[in-house]
Amino acid sequence: MPPEHVRAVSPVPLKDRFSQGLDAPICLTWELTYACNLACVHCLSSSGRRDPDELSLDEARGIVDHMVDMKVFYVNIGGGEPMVRSDFFDLVSYAVERRVGVKFSTNGTRMTPARARRLAALDYLDVQISIDGATAATNDLVRGEGSYEAARRAMDNLASAGFGQFKVSVVVTRQNVEELDALAAIADEYGAQLRLTRLRPSGRAVDSWEALHPTAVQQRMLYHWLAERPGVLTGDSFFHLSALGEPLEGLNLCGAGRVVCLIDPVGDVYACPFVIDRQFLAGNVRDPGGFPGVWRESSLFRSLRQPQSAGACASCGSFDACGGGCMAAKFFTGLPLDGPDPECVHGHGEAALAARGTSPRASIGHSKVARDGTPLPVPTPVRFRSPART
Amino acid sequence: MRRLLSEPFAVDRPWRLNPLVALRDESFGALAYHYGNRRLVFLKSRTLVTLVSSLHEYPSAAEALDAHVPEAQHTSYARALERLAASEVIDAA
Repeated sequence: MPPEHVRAVSPVPLKDRFSQGLDAPICLTWELTYACNLACVHCLSSSGRRDPDELSLDEARGIVDHMVDMKVFYVNIGGGEPMVRSDFFDLVSYAVERRVGVKFSTNGTRMTPARARRLAALDYLDVQISIDGATAATNDLVRGEGSYEAARRAMDNLASAGFGQFKVSVVVTRQNVEELDALAAIADEYGAQLRLTRLRPSGRAVDSWEALHPTAVQQRMLYHWLAERPGVLTGDSFFHLSALGEPLEGLNLCGAGRVVCLIDPVGDVYACPFVIDRQFLAGNVRDPGGFPGVWRESSLFRSLRQPQSAGACASCGSFDACGGGCMAAKFFTGLPLDGPDPECVHGHGEAALAARGTSPRASIGHSKVARDGTPLPVPTPVRFRSPART
Repeated sequence: MRRLLSEPFAVDRPWRLNPLVALRDESFGALAYHYGNRRLVFLKSRTLVTLVSSLHEYPSAAEALDAHVPEAQHTSYARALERLAASEVIDAA
């Protein structure tokens, strides 16, 4: 649900306040593990292998304690696949018992009927099941064979357990954008909420973004589709589309390091979930000041909270609407951070992409590798044909 | 939707901060998070935060307004309370 602004008398330009950072994040993502039993081609954290340095349950509880102190109302838990951690339920219970709400994303493969019932018994807990297509054919090309079936089974199990309203979470791609109505119908079937998020060229999507990201025509269609459906959740991720007209619901700003950050499985704190790269590393929760120290003192976060240059976007009439778009999308496509988003709705991104050099490679990855260190194959987007119905 | 129908706001009735809502003070006012409907609401003035936090001490919202808000601003603050009642940040005490 997008945040609501209730003002009385003098409205404060909140967007400006948020750009200068808050004492604690509003939207904190916490990836519990890099271990994953799937190998999605667009995985933003290049997950696969567990990192041997993963935070222990005790350390994770310590982070929850800090969240309580900082009045972080809820945390978005992801991975990797968070449910593969054997202490997953211990940690989730620890958080919700302290009124740190948990919203967690799962591929559903571990959502047995028993686990669904266990989740249904917890307060302050939301579940997002990921599918990236309304059919197995569309979904499995991105998420791997059998993943659609597993996700639907997880939804069935949650429904049977009486979980109530869960979320069906979809990363919008060139291939599934034609299936939005069908995806909404799947969510409706379960009484679930549909959540759409933007594909970023992060993690393994550095390699697949080119083939997966929606076309300019599709983006316009998506904007209108979302504008007509304010009940569809977006995690505020399509603010670059707000340059097309009336702003979409949400804060419409890049919150990285200001109101948003990521804690990764080894405790590294990044500016946002989509920039797992040394350049955006603010510190580690194992540092002496813990997570609050990183949030408040890191030089990276302090610099992000300073006024940012609009650069090449300064003369564009839409800059107030889109703010130049997504930092991660620019970084991983090799574009300057003070220029247009690669998916700029006015086409400035395409021109910049044509003029750029090579894009940076992600410096951190946990994709599965063979014994000799060579990457194991993941389902690759080269198998995509052109969309069948165009 | 999990939301229940909320009682319409009436200024002559007693109100309180919903027990399912937590406030986090910020320089601009406060963030309010509703653990039931999972909505985040921004209270964009310190006076509004004071008003909302002390509603339960008064027999009616009108008396809370008298105590905390300059008279010229009663209408706009009453409207803010109406919005907060609709999003269940405050409820009838």
